[in-house]
Amino acid sequence: MSSAPTRKLELGRIGEAVKRVDGIPKVTGEFAYSSDLVAAGMLWGHTVRSPHAHARIVSIDLSKAVGMAGVHAVLTHEDVPGDKRYGLEFADQPVLAFDRVRYFGEPVALVAAEHPEQARRAAEAVEVEYEPLELVVDPERAADQPGIHPQRWTEGHGYRDDPRPNVVRDMRIVRGDPDAEGEVSVEGYYESGLQDQAFLGPESGLAVPDGEGGIDIYVATQWLHVDRDQVAPCLGLPKDQVRIHLAGVGGAFGGREDLSMQIHGAMLALHTSRPVKMVYTREESFFGHVHRHPSRIWAEHRANRDGKLVTVRMRILLDGGAYASSSTAVTSNAAAFAVGPYAVENALIESTSVYTNNPPCGAMRGFGAVQSCFAAEAQMDKLAAALGMDPVELRLRNALAPGDELPTGQKLTGSLPVAEVIRRAAAIPVPEPEELPRDSLRLPGGAGNTTRGEGVRRGVGFALAFKNIGYSEGFDDYAAARVRLFADSGGELVAEVHCAAAEVGQGVTNVILQTARTELDLENVVLAPGSTAEVGSSGSTSASRMTWMAAGAVQAASRAVRDELERRGGKLSEGEEIDLERIYRHPRTFPLEPQTGQVTDGRAHVALACAAMRAVVEVDVELGLTRVVWIGTAQDVGKAINPQAVHGQIEGGTAQGIGLALMEEIQTRDGLITNASFTDYLIPTALDMPPVDAELVEDPEPDAPYGVKGVGEPPTVVSTAAVMSAMRDATGRELNRVPVRPDDICL
Amino acid sequence: MNITVTVNGERHEADIWPGESLLFALRERMGLPGSKNACEQGECGSCSVLLDGRLVCACLVLAAQADGHEVVTVEGVAGDGDLHPVQDAFVQAGAVQCGFCTPGLVVATVDLLRHTPQPSDDEIREALSGNLCRCTGYAKIFDAVRLAAGGELAPR
Repeated sequence: MSSAPTRKLELGRIGEAVKRVDGIPKVTGEFAYSSDLVAAGMLWGHTVRSPHAHARIVSIDLSKAVGMAGVHAVLTHEDVPGDKRYGLEFADQPVLAFDRVRYFGEPVALVAAEHPEQARRAAEAVEVEYEPLELVVDPERAADQPGIHPQRWTEGHGYRDDPRPNVVRDMRIVRGDPDAEGEVSVEGYYESGLQDQAFLGPESGLAVPDGEGGIDIYVATQWLHVDRDQVAPCLGLPKDQVRIHLAGVGGAFGGREDLSMQIHGAMLALHTSRPVKMVYTREESFFGHVHRHPSRIWAEHRANRDGKLVTVRMRILLDGGAYASSSTAVTSNAAAFAVGPYAVENALIESTSVYTNNPPCGAMRGFGAVQSCFAAEAQMDKLAAALGMDPVELRLRNALAPGDELPTGQKLTGSLPVAEVIRRAAAIPVPEPEELPRDSLRLPGGAGNTTRGEGVRRGVGFALAFKNIGYSEGFDDYAAARVRLFADSGGELVAEVHCAAAEVGQGVTNVILQTARTELDLENVVLAPGSTAEVGSSGSTSASRMTWMAAGAVQAASRAVRDELERRGGKLSEGEEIDLERIYRHPRTFPLEPQTGQVTDGRAHVALACAAMRAVVEVDVELGLTRVVWIGTAQDVGKAINPQAVHGQIEGGTAQGIGLALMEEIQTRDGLITNASFTDYLIPTALDMPPVDAELVEDPEPDAPYGVKGVGEPPTVVSTAAVMSAMRDATGRELNRVPVRPDDICL
Repeated sequence: MNITVTVNGERHEADIWPGESLLFALRERMGLPGSKNACEQGECGSCSVLLDGRLVCACLVLAAQADGHEVVTVEGVAGDGDLHPVQDAFVQAGAVQCGFCTPGLVVATVDLLRHTPQPSDDEIREALSGNLCRCTGYAKIFDAVRLAAGGELAPR
């Protein structure tokens, strides 16, 4: 082992591979996650959840629970002080269920007690009488069944309104002549299962009443200000009396965009006038956040003999579960990226999301692009086979190039090096098959020691993907940052940066500090804790946008401070300070025309990023077991602000895509989740992950600060498709469903 | 009931409810929240600690079982030093993202290198297969273990 190291880290600027600022507190255990918080006099909150997927609430009897030892509060919907419903985009979700429950695990009542076990037992003593209602659990039948929401929450918002029951959004992209025939046609049907973000830090937080009617909520979230904007109306409080502070976030991946315990904890804290901590168990976490939409996709690709795509037709059905969350945007994204980064003159993309009594779905890394990429890339492989053409060559022949138009009519003006990522990924040498005999750890089945190599077939696959960066379709996408420059007691200049960008593990803290150091030409820069009380909104850590938006905001605020410093002669005296906040907006986007899905002006997406990936798998076709052997990928990253962190995003994003391909699926039966644990919901372990050879393709984005692009999502979008391509090569099977099941690959 | 546990060399006394896990007692009664609560059913390894020198999931040990025993948590692996070499290697290799799995992985790696100072890649993967990480895809965690074992980081 090396000699005892010290704690000092070098502090870098843009483009330097610097170590994480929060790395040391995270390896020593000092970093305070949302579940680590304590306060004097703190109570523990617990949630009573529905055991039914769809039922009328006949009665709620709290009498047994309220008198139990240590119990300080038992609350229901009657105790919600303000609005009874909230939601990320549409306020369709009850804070606590009233009149009916729409999904398994829906919150019905709350308990606060002195010990978490007392709270759990009191929650069990809450007696709720239910009358089961007709289940809507098959997304293909949902539009023919009675609506689970009497109101049409998503109608009248500029979408193509669909009068059928349970339709959340129904959109179309119509391009050219969708009936145009090609010389070759391939058809396919594809399904993807219900994937969970499975962040390791469970939903948790601490709500502290301020004694004046207001509340401070310390929570792991992705967007502090949108949490506040949902929490305050439900508490019946003005926004400035609700302060949301970022506590340490144990992963997010989209699953913390929607509220979990924020309103509940605040209600219990305000009711008891004591701090209240809530920490979900792992089982509860499966009910506590939205998941990736399960999909069913029907696709037809028509091409000419030379491989050029003529027409792409796709119908996409997404199961949104019980509440809308971000389903409308996911529906649009699934459609927008359905064709893949290929040029095609004719297209008909129909994308529909529906309400059901299945677990609610919303944002997860890849956001609709994952599902359609899996289908589109399977189609491209099928087309290559029908044409007798090399799959990489087919992709190159159709690759989008500058000036081409997307199926929405948006013209490619920024960076999108599709052909280059294909060539670079295809050029990474594929490792030779390892000889037998070998250690069983390096065979399908692993330590289970199920084969010595007999029945094992190797397959090599390839896939290509793209996705938007930032919010789209006219959303006013902005981020604020505030820089306070002052002289310390020794006369040295110090900058304190305020930015509400949520650090969820991706490393935006470093991006903020690197940007400020670069722009201020100053080493002494610190980042203050994120809080709605100190700075404006930064928008969400999602849509691969935070690096770009935080860098833009911090750059703008830093430059304003630098200019002011120059105006004052380049010096500050002790006690003097400059404190400026600036808002950064990326170039404006525009909504799509609701009937045709065509751009109405300029662009619908501000920027795009692409990735290509080759995967090697070995499949034991006797037992239906798979080992991913190797991944080689080239990703369009704009400009890598911190290369080590970019590689980390690619490796981690790939792991989640492999998970969807091979193992990750929340199982439901009549809407009830049957595998809400890490025993039964499997995510890739250290034994499941292959080495990932990643090449960074730096092609600066002209509209972004420093040319950056988000890097978190493309690897997740492309890797499911790449692994499935390799699985098809190994088995010769069509494999139209992810995650693949053992009996799908037993020959 | 009252228990006395030596944690990171210090005597801790706590008045506990008998159903509490060692993890709960460490986090909520002894002011040591470094060990994490990702699954609390022994599947994820985020609460890995050394109990009398053996690697265990603190969520699967009752606090009462630890009465009179010695525990080392992530807060104590560095001893009197600033950082344990394994902790430093995790920072240097970029093996930390959200960091929720990190305390358990640090303790598990300390345990691995104590028994196997020069582990092969397969030995690293098998030894850490009980510690789930959702962010990194494990590659940089393997780099960190090799670095802590005296290796060098691959250039990038």
